[in-house]
Amino acid sequence: MQYQCQGFDETFDPEGQPRPACTEFYRRLQMIGPDELGRRQQAAELQFRNAGITFNVYGHEDGVEKVWPFDIMPRVLDGEEWSRIEAGLRQRVIALNLFIDDVYNERRIIRDGVVPEELLQTSKTYRPEMQGFSPTHKAWCHVNGVDLVRDKDGQIYVLEDNLRCPSGVSYVLENREVMKRSFSQVFHGVSIAPVEEYPERLLQTLLSCAPPSAHQPLAVVLTPGVYNSAYFEHTFLAQQMGVQLVQGSDLTVVDDVVFLRTTHGLHRVDVIYRRIDDDFLDPECFRKDSCLGVAGLMRAYRAGNVALANAPGTGVADDKAVYAYVPEIIKYYLDEDAILSNVPTYLCSDGRQREHVLGNLDKLVVKPTNESGGYGILMGPQASEEDRTAYADLIRSNPRNYIAQPMLQLSTVPTLIGDRLEPRHVDLRPFVLAGESVYVMPGGLTRVALNAGSMVVNSSQGGGSKDTWVLRN
Amino acid sequence: MLSRVADSILWMSRYIERAENVARFIDVNFNITLGADSDDPLQWAPLVYTTGDQDLYKELYGDPERDSVLRFLAFDDKNPNSILSCVSQARENARMVRDSITAPMWEQINRFYLLVLASAKHAGALAEPTAFCDEVKLASHALVGHTYTTMSHGEAWHFSRIGRLLERADKTSRILDVQYYHLLPSVNDVGSALDLVRWNALLRSTSALTMYRRMHGSIVPDRVADFLILDRDFPRSMRFCVMRAQDSISEITGSRPGTFTCRTEQLAGRLRSEMDYTAIEDVIREGLHEYIDRFQLLLNGIGEALQADFLSPADQTKTPTLQSQRQG
Repeated sequence: MQYQCQGFDETFDPEGQPRPACTEFYRRLQMIGPDELGRRQQAAELQFRNAGITFNVYGHEDGVEKVWPFDIMPRVLDGEEWSRIEAGLRQRVIALNLFIDDVYNERRIIRDGVVPEELLQTSKTYRPEMQGFSPTHKAWCHVNGVDLVRDKDGQIYVLEDNLRCPSGVSYVLENREVMKRSFSQVFHGVSIAPVEEYPERLLQTLLSCAPPSAHQPLAVVLTPGVYNSAYFEHTFLAQQMGVQLVQGSDLTVVDDVVFLRTTHGLHRVDVIYRRIDDDFLDPECFRKDSCLGVAGLMRAYRAGNVALANAPGTGVADDKAVYAYVPEIIKYYLDEDAILSNVPTYLCSDGRQREHVLGNLDKLVVKPTNESGGYGILMGPQASEEDRTAYADLIRSNPRNYIAQPMLQLSTVPTLIGDRLEPRHVDLRPFVLAGESVYVMPGGLTRVALNAGSMVVNSSQGGGSKDTWVLRN
Repeated sequence: MLSRVADSILWMSRYIERAENVARFIDVNFNITLGADSDDPLQWAPLVYTTGDQDLYKELYGDPERDSVLRFLAFDDKNPNSILSCVSQARENARMVRDSITAPMWEQINRFYLLVLASAKHAGALAEPTAFCDEVKLASHALVGHTYTTMSHGEAWHFSRIGRLLERADKTSRILDVQYYHLLPSVNDVGSALDLVRWNALLRSTSALTMYRRMHGSIVPDRVADFLILDRDFPRSMRFCVMRAQDSISEITGSRPGTFTCRTEQLAGRLRSEMDYTAIEDVIREGLHEYIDRFQLLLNGIGEALQADFLSPADQTKTPTLQSQRQG
């Protein structure tokens, strides 16, 4: 196999030998010819197409729905390494939940001078409406997607936290399913941690947060509707959990209790896994022009008659400027060092750090603190001088809205391009559930930049995906 | 179940049934034009009347002519009732309630859509429409089968059945109306030499030929009308559709037999009992066209009541929204 590694490769070491975790998989792979690989790839693509496993891309006139892009070469993670990552994710999510609860209540961390008050006052995702409120189990971010990357030195870094409506877990499950059906040969003799229990774990997490008064709690998934980019995932999760998928117009609030409108009248709802942003949740409370939400929902929530996952206001902790403080946050609440490192981060709100950023735009990646999906990012080293100048003005006019990080050299995984394997850059989004207890799904969503050399893995920007194997060893 | 979900499921199966009927019409019409003396353009006109879209057709294409009629009925996305439009709308409805239908149902609808889409892009698909029409009929039947065998026969299933039956009753009545008129423009023509090819085609376009022959033997116009309107057991007869739709409505409301608790049930029960006590002579006396006209009005009335009673009660209506947001 002619395979040229560039930087850190997940499957091969610098000598071109398979890494220990990958030897068994590699041995099986060698028994399969390139023609066969191509056929398996096509079979997998056809399965995704026939099953209508899609995502939506905004800004397209027609065919907003795209078939989920998948590469049959899996990304393999060593079990021991995963244990450490899992412990790090658990630690991070527990600390973030404590942080959010503190921020809306006692504000100890601010009084103790660990996190500057100004950071929170200027956070767009801070919800004053939530002051003095604590959800059941003090769980604010029930569902978390933590983006991890491996740099050229082989170290894993947390790139960002997604605590509002993180997407992608349905594709983890579908990738595994399709992989088993279209490429079963490679699974033999390899023991892989299962991902299939996620829907049940999610349901348990949601039900564990129901108002104590609910004896047989009813949970629903709330979607903005069929035009949302993650609509497939919303239907998938509802179906897998056996709960109803509802839109705002299917719900109504009467006397601070939330009800479903059914063909047989109103039915009480206890838990809402909402995939609608805070802004659109309740026109009485947030954006007045929202047609996606439910009027009165926040009244019902504050009255303790319904649980919302994730809790409104959770976004305050995935503000990318707050991200820079997460190691301190972990230390403060848990008195532990962070197991997973942050990427070094410059806050543009800080005068000195801002000057550094403005002077080094050609070396840094600059991100808005509140965007997701890869929107609004400046990739300094690849941008034109003009773009950098224009971006510098954006930073100067609203420094609080930007952070900068060094350009990482993401690790690669062999990926089937045409009829040969080529290295392509990947990241990893594991999913962590937090309710009465914390659950970390083994592995997560591996996204891959399909264009040679590109580091942009977002599916909305042309990225693909891979099955992620956590070995049990 | 959610009113919105019931609505989507009903329309999903209604659109699929519509697509299947259009395919059957095309198939049969194509078949009778083969071997005919000449490719008479007039042979294609009744087809457009059958689906009720003659005004739109005229606006888009002018006079009926083979290729444009086929394109209009099969693949034209400006025609809301073309096979392509129906299947896309069925798929969109299914996509909205993907969590409420079974995986085999969704996959079948999705494959159905991909099949029609591929044919629409294939230039030669309409030169030989039989193969395409067969695929459409098969895909529709596969969906009915998947629905029957994988979905619990509860409320959602009943809504899907109501959608299919209302659509089917409407299409059977239309084809009977148009073709009967085409074959027997006036009462005086009764008893004149039968155009057996066309009468055969009429029965075949409702998949009724075999069952008709078993029931009645020779082809006699009044018996054909009797079979397609009033037969108790033939699944495409108007009466059969009304009977079973009423059964499903009662299953949903749980009312005792002979009673009603909503307008839908009242109207469906009234139409059913009228048909139960009607003979074909009564229909002929009233005038076949007049009878069918009245039937269609009553059928529409049931559809409207259903909408009001179950699917979009007044206080529940909201303007559909295109608002969107990003998720990370």
